[in-house]
Amino acid sequence: MHAIAIGFEDLTLGYDRHPAVHHLSARILAGVPTAVVGPNGAGKSTLLKAVAGLLKPLSGRVVFAERRRAVAYLPQISEIDTRFPLSVYDFVAMGLWARVGAFGGIGAAEASEIAAAIEAVGLAGFETRPIGTLSGGQMQRTRFARLILQNADTLLLDEPFNGLDHATTEDLLDLVDRWRDEGRTVVAVLHDLDLVRARFPETLLIARERVAAGPTAEVVTEANLAVARRMIEAFDVHAGVCARPTARGAAA
Amino acid sequence: MIDLLYEVLIAPFADFEFMRRALVGAVALAVAGAPVGVFLMLRRMSLTGDAMSHAILPGAAIGYLAFGLSLTAMTVGGLIAGLAVAIGAGAVARASVLGEDATLAAFYLVSLALGVTIVSMRGSNVDLLHVLFGTVLALDDQALMLIAGIATVTLVAFAVILRPLVLESVDPIHLASVGRSGAVAHLVFMGLVVLNLVGAFHALGTLLAVGMMMLPAASARLWVEDLTPLVAVAVAIGAASAAAGLLASYHGGLPAGPAIILVAGLVHLASLVFGRRGLVVGRLTRPHLEA
Repeated sequence: MHAIAIGFEDLTLGYDRHPAVHHLSARILAGVPTAVVGPNGAGKSTLLKAVAGLLKPLSGRVVFAERRRAVAYLPQISEIDTRFPLSVYDFVAMGLWARVGAFGGIGAAEASEIAAAIEAVGLAGFETRPIGTLSGGQMQRTRFARLILQNADTLLLDEPFNGLDHATTEDLLDLVDRWRDEGRTVVAVLHDLDLVRARFPETLLIARERVAAGPTAEVVTEANLAVARRMIEAFDVHAGVCARPTARGAAA
Repeated sequence: MIDLLYEVLIAPFADFEFMRRALVGAVALAVAGAPVGVFLMLRRMSLTGDAMSHAILPGAAIGYLAFGLSLTAMTVGGLIAGLAVAIGAGAVARASVLGEDATLAAFYLVSLALGVTIVSMRGSNVDLLHVLFGTVLALDDQALMLIAGIATVTLVAFAVILRPLVLESVDPIHLASVGRSGAVAHLVFMGLVVLNLVGAFHALGTLLAVGMMMLPAASARLWVEDLTPLVAVAVAIGAASAAAGLLASYHGGLPAGPAIILVAGLVHLASLVFGRRGLVVGRLTRPHLEA
């Protein structure tokens, strides 16, 4: 049996008081690659942001089994300024932040770890290339190299394989398997259901609210997906205040 | 020939103390302004620097209104006004639907109008020109110490915040997910922007202060790619523009502050044409590679 790594307790997340994730209760098992699936606007990215600690819950909470220090978060790619003159090497080295911080030196041990991470994603020889010259796939490999160095217990990946070719996706999935073997918990927002069935044993299907959660074969079914698709995407501008009771410790 | 060169390039500085003071002050501004300008440019905040330079005006004007042309009063006033606008605009941008650009525009337009009004209420047009365009040829010991002190503080502060500032510029979300130093680096950086604008304000006035930051930085980008060379080239361009501008002002009877910025502007035009990463020569002389 796997222990629970992360629990969502009656969690409501949102923007401008409109819930993007509504009264969600679920648990993520430690060491089992878990897919978060749902239609566009279902609140998948919002959920990852909350787990990463970048978004405060409107009510309810996210509970970690371990100390939450060791969470690594890979947001969608559009949020990086690739025009800034920074080399692949320096970008990957960012992953050591938790260890070296603002002033720590990059010594021989760190340098060999950075080299190993770049090697592991198949980018050896790219060290001095400015990040602005990389292709989409190479940039994603670079970000995975940084994730390796973050050495986190929990890895949150937001649509990590979007727009990547088959070879790149396979290489990066091998890293996910490696992290699983190392006992780390990988949670990935995904749209490719075949990929989810093949490589992610657990799935959380949400459509603003929880639709289903558990072993992928039981969750990713036509019936469940149909329920998820019926979700209304747009915020109702005239929505009243939600009357459901909120969990203890709820923020107003 | 040597005599002529000496007459044109060296004699003005050798013969006149006010020229030497102007050179020292302007070079100190170039040294500190270069890293500030490079980061403003790389963070796409070039116009933020411009807005901030206007924002310090009412503070300096109130200092002037209360104490006359006092260095201390105008510096403290400018610092307070600049930091208030930087922090206020940031807070309003986060809390309201307006973006940081719209908020800054609103703040600085009001500031500029307020500042000009305050100066006009009390002073003459000469005073207004002094505040708007500076007095690089009349820097006293106190002003030089202030400018040099600000340059020192700036360089030390950059050494401290460099790593988080770079990471925050490239990938703010990542840095926010691993710690809080991104926000600290951003705040310290905005403080440095205000500090340098207030320093430059005495020499070049509010309208030109930002020119000494942005023009060398933008020109450097047309020659080199990496951060360290960018700052080094920007310092060189700024210092050379300062010397050449002062000489042009001496020989041609031009106002010194605008002359310095005009020379920096000419360097920028030349960089656009001749720069390795510019629009003309760089493209002609560097054909694409095989692989």
